[in-house]
Amino acid sequence: MVSEPLVWAILLLPVLSFLIISLVIRPFLNRIPALSGWLLIGCLLAALALSLMTLWAAAGHHVPEFRQHAWLSVGSATIAFGLLVDPLTAVMLVVVTAVSLLVQVYSQGYMKGDPSYSRYYAYMSLFTAAMLGLLLASNIVQLYMFWELVGLASYLLIGFWHHRPAAAAAAKKAFIMTRIGDVGFLIAILYLFFQSDKFAAAGLNAFHIPDIWQAAQPLAAGGAILGGAALTWVVLGIFAGAAGKSAQFPLHAWLPDAMEGPTPVSALIHAATMVAAGVFLVARFYPLFLASSAALTVVALIGAFTAFLAATMGLVMNDIKRVLAYSTVSQLGYMMAALGMGAYSAALFHLFTHAFFKALLFLAAGSVNHAVDTFNMTYMGGLRRHMPWTYVLTIIGGLSLVGIIPLAGFWSKDEILSGVWGSSELVAPWVGRLTFLLLAVSVLLTAFYTLRLVILTFHGQFRGGGEKEREEAGVVAPAPVSAHAADSHHSAAQPAGHGGGHHLAESPMVMLLPMLVLGVGTVAAGYVANPQWVHSLLGIPGHWITEFFHLGLEEALSGREAHLAVPEFSLGMAAASTLIALAGLALAAALYRGRGAETRKDPLERGGPVYVLLNRRYLVDVLYENVLTGRVFYRAVAGALDWLDRNLVDGLVNLTGLVFRNAGRPLGLLQTGQVQFYAVALTLGSLLVLLGYLVLR
Amino acid sequence: MSLQAMLIVAAALFAIGLYGALARRNAIVVLMGIELMFNAVNLTLVAMGRYVAPQTLQQDISTVLTGQVFALFIIAVAAAEVTLGLGIVFAMYRHTESVDLTDAVQMRH
Repeated sequence: MVSEPLVWAILLLPVLSFLIISLVIRPFLNRIPALSGWLLIGCLLAALALSLMTLWAAAGHHVPEFRQHAWLSVGSATIAFGLLVDPLTAVMLVVVTAVSLLVQVYSQGYMKGDPSYSRYYAYMSLFTAAMLGLLLASNIVQLYMFWELVGLASYLLIGFWHHRPAAAAAAKKAFIMTRIGDVGFLIAILYLFFQSDKFAAAGLNAFHIPDIWQAAQPLAAGGAILGGAALTWVVLGIFAGAAGKSAQFPLHAWLPDAMEGPTPVSALIHAATMVAAGVFLVARFYPLFLASSAALTVVALIGAFTAFLAATMGLVMNDIKRVLAYSTVSQLGYMMAALGMGAYSAALFHLFTHAFFKALLFLAAGSVNHAVDTFNMTYMGGLRRHMPWTYVLTIIGGLSLVGIIPLAGFWSKDEILSGVWGSSELVAPWVGRLTFLLLAVSVLLTAFYTLRLVILTFHGQFRGGGEKEREEAGVVAPAPVSAHAADSHHSAAQPAGHGGGHHLAESPMVMLLPMLVLGVGTVAAGYVANPQWVHSLLGIPGHWITEFFHLGLEEALSGREAHLAVPEFSLGMAAASTLIALAGLALAAALYRGRGAETRKDPLERGGPVYVLLNRRYLVDVLYENVLTGRVFYRAVAGALDWLDRNLVDGLVNLTGLVFRNAGRPLGLLQTGQVQFYAVALTLGSLLVLLGYLVLR
Repeated sequence: MSLQAMLIVAAALFAIGLYGALARRNAIVVLMGIELMFNAVNLTLVAMGRYVAPQTLQQDISTVLTGQVFALFIIAVAAAEVTLGLGIVFAMYRHTESVDLTDAVQMRH
């Protein structure tokens, strides 16, 4: 049995760590920075234990109804804050605390020697705390507050090395792009606020999340409180917020740029915190989405399109972290598409497994960077001899991403594909078919770029690393703080025997250990959390996690017919998706195996204009940065406002000054110093007032 | 005597005082004009007080003498004012050896 203080403690432990690091350790104990890392790790360890307790209680239906504490009262609307622990929250709590914990342990090795070590852990505490607060919020305003805190913390972490212009720009880009989506979310909240009278009439609170679920359902007397076009717009507003955070199609451009942050931050953003928040938000308000077929169609199509688009861009990237970033965008597209098609539990299952293998892949990428001092894969190669552990773990994570049995990704991706194939009652049939087609093609692309990544990084001959890259770029080689090599400050911290550049060796144990744990999770999580074909495995009933999510949704719908079934494992679908994936792997192997040692030319370059288009990211970034920001915003909007400011506003101000400066001169003549002249003026003035009074009375 | 007659006398007195204060250049004569205006006002107050007394008598005995009390106050204030005014005129005379107001323009700038 969990009590309310224990659940609050999950949120408050990282908050406490944030406060202690930023108020005590950083100002007073900065000489022993390791303290801050261990403090956060300790807090997260406790939070993980409490999260597991909460999950245990939620699985056994032992979670009580938590009290709502009044916060603000405006008219008929009362904003409370409280806890909402349903299966969705319970599972996500464990994922977030576990991944964050492992990332923090890894950071102990990765960030070693960074001058801003304590600041890093302060931001990390804030980031984790914000995400946990978001998961636990029972009130939409409370949720929005933590939602924005997640955005703020990600901004701080992406721009952690703020002395590098690229990092500062990436942080700004992430912040502004997600903010565009958040406007939609805010409008949805404001709409709910204006409907609070209607909610109150039905005995509901317009901000309490379970009450909002209720409001979307038809009342006994007539229609729902939220219904029709209004509901669709509210839901689309919420989805806009989710699309911004989860980097869905029009707002996807920030995530690949977010690579400028430290690699452990990327791992956390991609696996557990930032981008997961978008999928979580859609899942949180899923009863609303279910009531609007139009909104579901939008979610499904945007998700599927994003999955495909991002996968194609992932094919040609040369930066190892960018390939992984596009794969994250693509996988998030899978989740959104599944949500749009009604495969609720499959999407969340994929979110769960994705957290493991994506965190693993990013930590592996960081480990590679630690050795070769660059992220550019054209300067890597042959690393499997030097870094066997990283190699094996990357293979495991990569195959899981591709969806190869028996790794975690296989089970969840199969659930998504069969869910999308099966359920088409919620949206038009053509939407279902198109979604499935795009997702199936994306499986092929995923397999291709994953194997390309592995071969370029680990096979063949070593191609020089960061040292050579800098040399070719014309930067003076022994400049360890050049803005060019991403994490190059590491070289300063390393023994001088390697000439300040790379040292081809396996990463230290403190970095390998979290990767090993995630590797075990990647191998086991898919099957252990959701056992197939058996009645129960080690006490876990068959289909446990998908049934668990589904149960939570049914409770949220409170008995309304959902038309949703838990997707069954389908052998045919599994065989089909595995065949597609193997085809992609074979294609990549055929293209990239056995190339010359020194060649850096990508065989895909033969694609000509298509390659250029993909490599330039469909020119979307150009559109946003040069056309939208540069032309439309800076030139047109800012130019017009500048003209108005210069001519209209300044003109008015100058006119006012001119009038008073020149009016003063004739008025000054009236001051003669003759007292009696003033007295005459006073007398005449009073007479005039008197006269006016008598006449106009 | 009727109220009208007293008011006419007071108005005439005020006009004479005003003329003296505005038109004469000698500072002492200006002060005298101001005194005349004070007294015109006093006369008005007393006359009015006498005029409204029968109505206020029924309500509150203490309001009967309001006009006269006012006049007494003004006489006291006027005495102080004259003292001050004459002091300024003396100072001015010591400074410029003149009591001509048109000469007293040093503070203009």
